Amino acid sequence: MGLIKTVTEKPWERKGVIGGMRPEGAFDTESERVALVYFLVIASVVFSLFLVSYYIRMELPDWQPLSEPGQLWFNTGLLVLSSVFFQWARNIVVNEEKRNLYTAFFGAGVFAILFIVGQMVTWENLQAGGYYMTSNPANAFYYLMTGLHALHLLGGLWVWSKSSIRLLSGSEPKDIKLSVELCTLYWHFLLLVWLVLFGVLANT
Amino acid sequence: MAYVPLADRDAEMEMHHPHSFIEKYVWSQDHKVIAIQYGSVAVFTGIVGLVLSLMFRMQLGFPETTDFVDPNFYYQAVTMHGMIMVVYFLTAIFLGGFGNYMVPLMCGARDMVFPFMNMLSVWFFLLSVIILMASFFVGGGPTGAGWTLYPPQTAMEGTPGHDMGIILMLVSLAVFIVAFTMGGLNYVVTILQYRCRGMTLMRMPLTIWGIFVATVLGLFAFPALLVAAIMMLFDTLLGTSFFMPAVIEAGTALDHNGGSPILFQHLFWFFGHPEVYIVALPAFGLVSDVLSVHARKNIFGYRMMVWAIIAIGGLSFIVWAHHMYVSGMNPYFGFFFATTTLIIAVPTALKVYNWVLTLWEGDIRMNVPMYFAIGFIFTFIHGGLTGLFLGNVVIDLPLSDTYFVIAHFHMVMGVSPILVLYAAIYHWYPKMSGRMYNETLAKVHFWLTFLGAYAIYLPMHYLGFLGVPRRYYALGTTDFIPQSAQDLNAAITIAALIVGVSQILFFVNIIGSLKWGKKADPNPWGAASLEWQTPDTPPAHGNWGAELPTVYRWAYDYSVPGAHQDFIPQNVSEAEEPTVSDEHFDPDKDQSLADV
Repeated sequence: MGLIKTVTEKPWERKGVIGGMRPEGAFDTESERVALVYFLVIASVVFSLFLVSYYIRMELPDWQPLSEPGQLWFNTGLLVLSSVFFQWARNIVVNEEKRNLYTAFFGAGVFAILFIVGQMVTWENLQAGGYYMTSNPANAFYYLMTGLHALHLLGGLWVWSKSSIRLLSGSEPKDIKLSVELCTLYWHFLLLVWLVLFGVLANT
Repeated sequence: MAYVPLADRDAEMEMHHPHSFIEKYVWSQDHKVIAIQYGSVAVFTGIVGLVLSLMFRMQLGFPETTDFVDPNFYYQAVTMHGMIMVVYFLTAIFLGGFGNYMVPLMCGARDMVFPFMNMLSVWFFLLSVIILMASFFVGGGPTGAGWTLYPPQTAMEGTPGHDMGIILMLVSLAVFIVAFTMGGLNYVVTILQYRCRGMTLMRMPLTIWGIFVATVLGLFAFPALLVAAIMMLFDTLLGTSFFMPAVIEAGTALDHNGGSPILFQHLFWFFGHPEVYIVALPAFGLVSDVLSVHARKNIFGYRMMVWAIIAIGGLSFIVWAHHMYVSGMNPYFGFFFATTTLIIAVPTALKVYNWVLTLWEGDIRMNVPMYFAIGFIFTFIHGGLTGLFLGNVVIDLPLSDTYFVIAHFHMVMGVSPILVLYAAIYHWYPKMSGRMYNETLAKVHFWLTFLGAYAIYLPMHYLGFLGVPRRYYALGTTDFIPQSAQDLNAAITIAALIVGVSQILFFVNIIGSLKWGKKADPNPWGAASLEWQTPDTPPAHGNWGAELPTVYRWAYDYSVPGAHQDFIPQNVSEAEEPTVSDEHFDPDKDQSLADV
């Protein structure tokens, strides 16, 4: 295994230049991608800790399960579409084409915005139905975790909007290739997080 | 194809050369300026923490002289002292300060991978400090819940700062975590991707290994604090009951119901214990390099040192509940956490042995950094051994919340990292400033600090054995606390005041030397690692001039038989420095070569 080999090397014995184009042990990809993957690990830790807290808090006697609104299925569909459109946009820029790029890239963002609007509508409906944040910890966790997920999406949309402006102001697909690829990765991650959250919320 | 370093290929790495004073010193994207900014803000916060500690020490030692310290202020002072020192001072100065300064220089890069994000990191850090300090000026003052911020008392009427104070503390922590994440991503990606040619992972100085693993720990551990802070903010501001149980306060039931205070403790210590190593690992790295350079010997057991850093990092995530033995837990959990806690002592002890063996038969130069580094070995062994006591459940129970605990963690994560900090500042100051400091003044500073630290914390062990509880505004009259304990408390306060005031020597020395210090040699200690090989001292923007360095060897080629000098810099090739290996070294034949 590479890691074991690396940390068992005897640096006092090996002299001279080691490594070719990049330092030994560096990832063969852009630094931005390394940073994003690392960020995704951190975000996973945050969501996992919320889920652990959720399960621990659920054991206590005052917990009253919240029946999740059916609209969440519709919202999930929107987020899936958003991810699919991002994947489409990614395939276009990777192949260095331009056809349908606008549709795919802007469509992806629009579906993500619709998802957030959909989430806000569910919050409104829950409030209107008397499911306040303070009335039960299950409700509080629902607002907290869906809100945090939406915040992550908003962060992604900020990057998406910057790339959109670049695209509209005449950038070539290859100029925004990395940005589109990273957005796609991020969206798939947030879709996965949402599916886990939704699965947990709906089954408890 | 010619080698083009990553750092020079990325379009983003076009150097943003500063054009004005503001760009150079305020909105700077240069890692060295950012490091100094980080360090300055951290030191300023640390001074606030120090002054707070002297104020509550006055209350403990000489209560009749301190009218300004009432019980509320006492609790606020101990709370803020703890949080400031652990998070805003030590974490920030080791990772924000030394991390920023050392990572690109020791790895042979021009700057961090994302300089703009690096700049944002320091400004977010400043913002978090401003929010924290603002809590001194709001109604009710800062929170006095103890630095661990345990609910429910954080939000209870009787706790000072239960309204605005705790909110500002939590918001400040959240902003700090954002700042840390931006900085941390930079360190990790820079260390992984932007090392210069030939700099393999196992050729990196231990400083970089310490900073790397500590940053990884931080990026996993701080989310737990963030999650806890967010949920506590919701409890405080919006009236949810994540942590807040049903409480009757002064005869009235609060709106909260059913929350789990223990859940908060788990989250807090899941952050809190790795936090100890977030501070300690960079210190371990820095002190290893200082010891090696001034002992003119390669660090003993480099690979073991790296493995120990990684092992300690991994283990630090499965020991957290040893802070919670008295909180109530399944005895089997207690057994598990006691076992893991004792296991973590193995790689830690291994490091201590290796530091001592690095000194063994070394050509030791008693320069100022070496005083502090050796002082660290003493205090760290001392604090580490008391940790073995407290790691055992049965010994911890009676000692919990006594002065013994205070003595333990101040020796191991207060005094020890601070001694390393001074060792590191005195060691790298000539490179950072281009000036030498006054050695005599620095040695006086060492003895006052080192002996003073013992005068403060050694007696606290005895107080702890007597059962003197921590966090008490006044001890009053009880049967188990004799008058001699009060006298000891007064003596500790006097020692604390002397140590506190003697830190002025340090500031006089390093600030005065900027102007009056004699010009420093580019490599005054004869160190082999890359940061001493920059073309300019202090290093200019971009660090390396026209061409990035190439590394041919590890960072510890000291006293190599047959070499021209008693060190070989990392960027010196074998062709320039032909050396004979240890096994083939014939003193008679090769001595002439060594003398050249």
